[in-house]
Amino acid sequence: MSGYADYWIQMLQDPLIRRALLVAVLVGAAAPVIGTFLVQRRLALLGDGIGHVALTGVALGWLIGAGLGLTPGTLAVPGAIVAAVAGSVIIELVRTSGRTSGDLALALMFYGGIAGGAALIKVAGGTSATLVAYLFGSLSTLSASDVSATAELAVIILMAGLVGRWALFAAGSDEPFARASGIPTRLWNIASAALAALTVTVAMRVVGLLLVSALMIVPVAISQLAARSFARTMAWAALIGAVTGAAGLFTAYWYDLPPGATIVVLAIAIYAIAATSRPLVEKLAHRPSHLTGQPRS
Amino acid sequence: MNQATTIPNPLVLASHLSVNLGGQTILHDITTQLTPGETVGLLGANGSGKSTLVRTLLGLIAPSQGRVELFGQPPGRQVPWHRLAYVPQDSPAGAGVPTSALEAVMAGLLSGPWPWPPRGAKERALRALDQVGLRQQARSPLKVLSGGQRHRVLLARALVRRPELLIMDEPLAGVDGASATALVDALREIPCLTCLVVLHEAGPFAGYLKRGIVLRSGRLVADAPLTKLAPEAISHHHDAPPLARPGVQLEGPT
Repeated sequence: MSGYADYWIQMLQDPLIRRALLVAVLVGAAAPVIGTFLVQRRLALLGDGIGHVALTGVALGWLIGAGLGLTPGTLAVPGAIVAAVAGSVIIELVRTSGRTSGDLALALMFYGGIAGGAALIKVAGGTSATLVAYLFGSLSTLSASDVSATAELAVIILMAGLVGRWALFAAGSDEPFARASGIPTRLWNIASAALAALTVTVAMRVVGLLLVSALMIVPVAISQLAARSFARTMAWAALIGAVTGAAGLFTAYWYDLPPGATIVVLAIAIYAIAATSRPLVEKLAHRPSHLTGQPRS
Repeated sequence: MNQATTIPNPLVLASHLSVNLGGQTILHDITTQLTPGETVGLLGANGSGKSTLVRTLLGLIAPSQGRVELFGQPPGRQVPWHRLAYVPQDSPAGAGVPTSALEAVMAGLLSGPWPWPPRGAKERALRALDQVGLRQQARSPLKVLSGGQRHRVLLARALVRRPELLIMDEPLAGVDGASATALVDALREIPCLTCLVVLHEAGPFAGYLKRGIVLRSGRLVADAPLTKLAPEAISHHHDAPPLARPGVQLEGPT
């Protein structure tokens, strides 16, 4: 037993792991807050679409950085942020204009994002392998400045989601009613998409752009199996995201697995267990009173 | 008050309104208005354009011709939206993420760009749920409520705004007889309420509504006191029922 304890203590004494843990917990808590609004608006795949566009942004950042003579990759994250926010706003405008259906607009983002990223990184003098760290995350290679920037962004996203939650909720739950109440729904929907874009670029360091949406959506999927209100769904999803982030990181460290993929696999395993055990729990909760000894309510 | 009469400062004004959707004309040259305190039924068979007219009046659909005003302003930022409440025919609220009845009603207190409900929102929302007989279900997710109960939550979401103008689209859809009567009774208790109700037939609203606007195939065919309209015109059991009661001459288009 003391062997295990020594192992955990040794692990937590590693500054690299402490930094990774901080980022995994903060991003794990912030991502589902924004994900709750996406699930409410039935745009669960928006994060994936934005992730693909962010890849073009990463490559564009590399290209501009190379042109300016900067260290390769210096502008990769800023490029991803700009491209992701621009892409999310454009898809929102396209969706609301009604000229292209939401899923078609998403499909265009998927294809254009990956193709643009692969082509531009070659132009910037890199290779497709350069993009791997962004596609699958690089939690174990975070520098102190990466951690501080990621943590600040995660806190900003968390606060923005919490401050704007009532307006985002109203605009997302029933748009015609919200518009007839004078709520600027287009503004809030764009804000929601832009927050999702920021979340994608923050979370790409944890799980990578290919899995980024999982961090936003899977905790919400787990939470809504049991929650009875929007506020609780969001709160529980944030808690599940933070715990899963930490637990996934420890598991990855223990078994020497890729952290991002481990976090996502763990979250999906929790969902599978919760979803399959739910009918049993409900059955037990509604047992006839003569079996429980409790009066019927 | 029929459409031929000019009212100073109507709450709702539609002037020569036409709406095209998907290349098809849904509404043809509609002119009408609502004066403060009026209770009006917008009647017609399925597909007659009632919901389209309401959505156009609210600025949710842009007219292809004509003019709409709410509280003397074209639908937009200048409209005092807090004085108005809308009950849609159906709502996706609660479909994506579990949403409690209390949360849905509290969302009704938002108006304009301010992102938070006002102080005391929870108490007001609970009172509104009480008005529609659903206080016990305040914490229940919308998805476990029956269709009629969900509709009453939508009504509570509108009533919590304490509106001067209430616009309801088919509020009786899926509502049982007792609930429908309770709904009308709840409306009667609100003083000085101007009400526009879209109905397939007047039903329990017959004693509450004072005026009827009848649409047929997107055209306004009658706009008269409800007592002057033939029972068939407000029940729509026929394709083209007579509009006026026997011996009654209606003003305006018939």
